[in-house]
Amino acid sequence: MNTRVNLAGVTFKNPVMTASGTFGSGKEFSEFVDLNRLGAVVTKGVANEPWTGNPTPRIAETYGGMLNAVGLQNPGIDKFVERDIPYLAKYDTRIIVNVCGRTTEDYCEVVKRLATQPVDMLEINISCPNVEHGGIAFGQSAASVEAITKEVKKHAKQPIIMKLSPNVTDIAEMAKAAEAGGADALSLINTITGMKIDIRSRKFALANKTGGLSGPAIHPIAVRMVYQAAQAVNIPIIGMGGILTAEDAIEMILAGASAVSVGTANFRNPQVTMEIVQGICDYMEEYGVANVNELIGAVR
Amino acid sequence: MAEKFKEQAVIIRQEEISYGIYSMWLKTERIAQMAKPGQFISIYCHEGSRLLPRPISICEVDRMDQALRIVYRVQGKGTEEFSKMRTGGNVDIVGPLGNGFPLKEKKAFLIGGGIGIPPLLQLARELKCEKQFILGFQDSLFLQEEFKRLGNPYIATEDGSYGTEGNVMDAIRENGLDAEIIYACGPIPMLRAVKAYAKERNIECWLSLEERMACGIGACLGCVCESKERDGHTNVNNKRICKEGPVFRAEEVEF
Repeated sequence: MNTRVNLAGVTFKNPVMTASGTFGSGKEFSEFVDLNRLGAVVTKGVANEPWTGNPTPRIAETYGGMLNAVGLQNPGIDKFVERDIPYLAKYDTRIIVNVCGRTTEDYCEVVKRLATQPVDMLEINISCPNVEHGGIAFGQSAASVEAITKEVKKHAKQPIIMKLSPNVTDIAEMAKAAEAGGADALSLINTITGMKIDIRSRKFALANKTGGLSGPAIHPIAVRMVYQAAQAVNIPIIGMGGILTAEDAIEMILAGASAVSVGTANFRNPQVTMEIVQGICDYMEEYGVANVNELIGAVR
Repeated sequence: MAEKFKEQAVIIRQEEISYGIYSMWLKTERIAQMAKPGQFISIYCHEGSRLLPRPISICEVDRMDQALRIVYRVQGKGTEEFSKMRTGGNVDIVGPLGNGFPLKEKKAFLIGGGIGIPPLLQLARELKCEKQFILGFQDSLFLQEEFKRLGNPYIATEDGSYGTEGNVMDAIRENGLDAEIIYACGPIPMLRAVKAYAKERNIECWLSLEERMACGIGACLGCVCESKERDGHTNVNNKRICKEGPVFRAEEVEF
């Protein structure tokens, strides 16, 4: 049985990755998960300098989902290169670094710093709904998606994945813009902007008022957008959004994803990534699928 | 690194010990043996629409019987679900989490307010020095019998139905108490008052904080609080309550 997938020339032992921001740099979860069993660890977003993030509360549970407005708190590239990359490099898994920034220059600075690092791919986060400058501002018009993709691509030594926002009118248009800018792959979807109000205190549940909705509540939206993007472009897609089980992951792959990222589910069960890897193997055995690549985009 | 475990715990017994306050004993494989006072566990709901674990402090541990006790208030749908769990049922838990209280040999105040009282019980058991328990309740009491077996609790109730009328600070004043170290857990206004009291008298003070959490293990950065020192993860002035906490030196944190 072959579970290996290839994205932009990088091979992964299986298509299961961790969604950025839900798994740190793997260390905290390593007490529960054998990181060697994952296709890749996608790290928490890292900027050119440390970010303190948003005020608390940053987290609120919703029916079948959760809102977060962490605001990309991160240690900055110096600390990340010194501590997190050497930690992950000890494991037999691929390393994908999620890159965030407030300006194009910020992104490029981080990408340049990573050029000499043992990192397999870069995921460029142009879709965080929780920061005022940068983040989603880059991801909401086709022209700016294409422009930042081009800039980042100039400096990147590793293949780049553009992480797209679902908070747009037409995801296919954004996917095409990233492809036109030279993206090697796409990640979608980031969280959907939402809001929760506590009716007893009559206050917003999050200090930031709005936050990004994730979890199984958004899964059908993610499947639809992965499908639409896959129809629109020829570059591979990492599908994410509410994947809780192997069944959800397989659904995403059938819709057109070459790999999947598991996010909020890590909070529900810290061992879920390994269970999804196993569940995909079980499905392949049950349905006589010799090669996981047969499943990619198999439903049209 | 302190070891954490994910286990399927078995409910030994559960009872409502005060209005909306439940006491649950859980049989664990390893968590109870490892648990220290002031640490907490993450408890997962069975209901699939509730994704996030509920962080609940450890009230007592019975290392011989590999059991631990939680005392929690029904606050929302998750804790309501827990309150309906029956003896013999299973529940997924992760723990022990967080740092816990440091055990020091100094004349101590253990100050608890409301649902902040439970983690002080195991602390009271393990502290071997002179200790005074100051417990604040809104109206009805709970766990006071357990504290009585370990010493003489000073009680404050907001409605004056028992002990000092007012809050824990009123009880300290009314009884003319003093201490060399303070351990406290309770609502934010209480913790602010305790912090100010400790600062004024230059007393070593440890506070247990809480915040909305997602992962409970230090990865998601949901539950931070502003700190004087830089935190171990992000190297900014934001410590993770689930990891560097929930217990902090009072002067170390802003809340």
